[in-house]
Amino acid sequence: MSARLRWRKFVSAFMLSMTGVCALVAVSVLFLILGYLVFHGGASLSWSFFTRLPAPVGETGGGMANAIVGSAKLLLLATLIGVPIGFFGAIYLAEFSGSTTAFIVRYAADLLNGVPSIVIGIFAYSLAVLPFKHFSTFAGGFALGLMMIPITLRSTEEFLRSVPISLREGAMALGASKWKTIVTVIVPSAYRGILTTVLLAFARVAGETAPLLFTALGNRFWSPGWNQPTASLPVAIYNYAISPYEDWHRQAWAAGLVLLGLILVINIVARGVLARGISVSRS
Amino acid sequence: MHASVRPAVSVNLPPTGTNPAAREPDAALSMRMTVSKVNFFYGSKQTLFDISMGIATNKITALIGPSGCGKSTLLRTFNRMHETVRGARLEGEILLDGKSILSQDVTSLRRRVGMVFQRPNPFPKSIFDNVAYGPRINGSKTPIAECVEKSLRRAALWDEVKDQLHKSAYEISGGQQQRLCIARALAVDPEVMLLDEPCSALDPISTAKIEELLVQLKEFCTIVTVTHNMQQAARISDFTAFLLIGQLIEFSPTPQLFTTPADPRTEAYITGRFG
Repeated sequence: MSARLRWRKFVSAFMLSMTGVCALVAVSVLFLILGYLVFHGGASLSWSFFTRLPAPVGETGGGMANAIVGSAKLLLLATLIGVPIGFFGAIYLAEFSGSTTAFIVRYAADLLNGVPSIVIGIFAYSLAVLPFKHFSTFAGGFALGLMMIPITLRSTEEFLRSVPISLREGAMALGASKWKTIVTVIVPSAYRGILTTVLLAFARVAGETAPLLFTALGNRFWSPGWNQPTASLPVAIYNYAISPYEDWHRQAWAAGLVLLGLILVINIVARGVLARGISVSRS
Repeated sequence: MHASVRPAVSVNLPPTGTNPAAREPDAALSMRMTVSKVNFFYGSKQTLFDISMGIATNKITALIGPSGCGKSTLLRTFNRMHETVRGARLEGEILLDGKSILSQDVTSLRRRVGMVFQRPNPFPKSIFDNVAYGPRINGSKTPIAECVEKSLRRAALWDEVKDQLHKSAYEISGGQQQRLCIARALAVDPEVMLLDEPCSALDPISTAKIEELLVQLKEFCTIVTVTHNMQQAARISDFTAFLLIGQLIEFSPTPQLFTTPADPRTEAYITGRFG
């Protein structure tokens, strides 16, 4: 074997192992986080964590029932605001707009996507907190909803565009109007992708803390309705983790585990239930 | 195998001269569509030049010619599918049953002039829902299930799929998918059916089935098919139009065009001197 060939084989083997190691590192980060959460949070999880309010300072025990419900309400509101706007905006971009409009909107959406979440928080604060002179669930959901818009919009548009032109032509050749084609063929064909997009956007904002700090604020008690400050898991984690109490640290870990579990469960349920609506899969 | 496929072509058409216009099928033959002086442009590029022809009712008209000759473009103007392309512009007149297609509502036009494409393009739905699609969006009065069965029978697919109507349309073979697309087009009872190289993505057995099917379908509708396969045009069509770089070179009854072509370019093409 010539020296040159040996060198090439060495480089090849080296590069192969490098890429393999990088792939391994990428995966292990996730598993490290998961393992760490389960290790620290699992021990502090108890039934009362899900059912009880936070214990007064100095007492141990108590739970985060209010933060779990608060997060659920915030995310519901955010989804109701962000998903319809992103979804219908994407339909306009993919199916109707001229290339210049589409370029401008797409670029703006990318910029909005890159805006630091704390800035979104300030914006929501000035729009949904200052005029009413109090923090609220509504303001928090509004801030999170704003963040969901560009994520939903951009990826939904990509999925709509990826529907083959032959399917559009097939529908139109049967006398379907543009809208009929979109509703009956294009959206159902892109359905799975769009669902994934919405879930990703959902998971992304579920863990956002910064936009909630001065919109939903936080609350050690229940927050009925939509008009009062509310606790949420990310803000609760933040407050508990920076506290000086050992017991609170454990609760923060538990809250992290619950937050992750919540996102995971919603993902699985949504995929399972919603994807069943479309009986036909592409093969 | 193809002997049974060959249609009985009426031979009592008048003798034709060398002028393409004069070589059009007999005026006494009922014309479903009339194309007159059609010029077509993509942006500033002209792709069809002054095309005039008639599409005879309940006959098969084949458009042949080398790649890029404009046969697909011409076909797509018949149900205005060319309008989906930005910058496409049509000059001239196309009549369907004596009325201009250009001034009528495009969705109802496309219901009357159906289309089947080069590659099978079933929707990601069940076999049943694919065929039911047209009747459903058009608010058909006949019961959907009845209409689906009738269309699948006409497309000679019923016996193969009747027990799996609710299976995905992607699970059947390519040839079956193409017949499904034909059934889907038939379900809205079109007067004219346009086929854009319907067999080019299929194997010979599936192709033979579709050819046989097209000949049977003449009973229900008028058929225009684009093909790059001259033998196919010879086997199934009643009239053949030969196009070359956007111009209609020759248009005559199929046996005549293939046995005694009037134009030397037609002869060169059908004898395989270019293509």
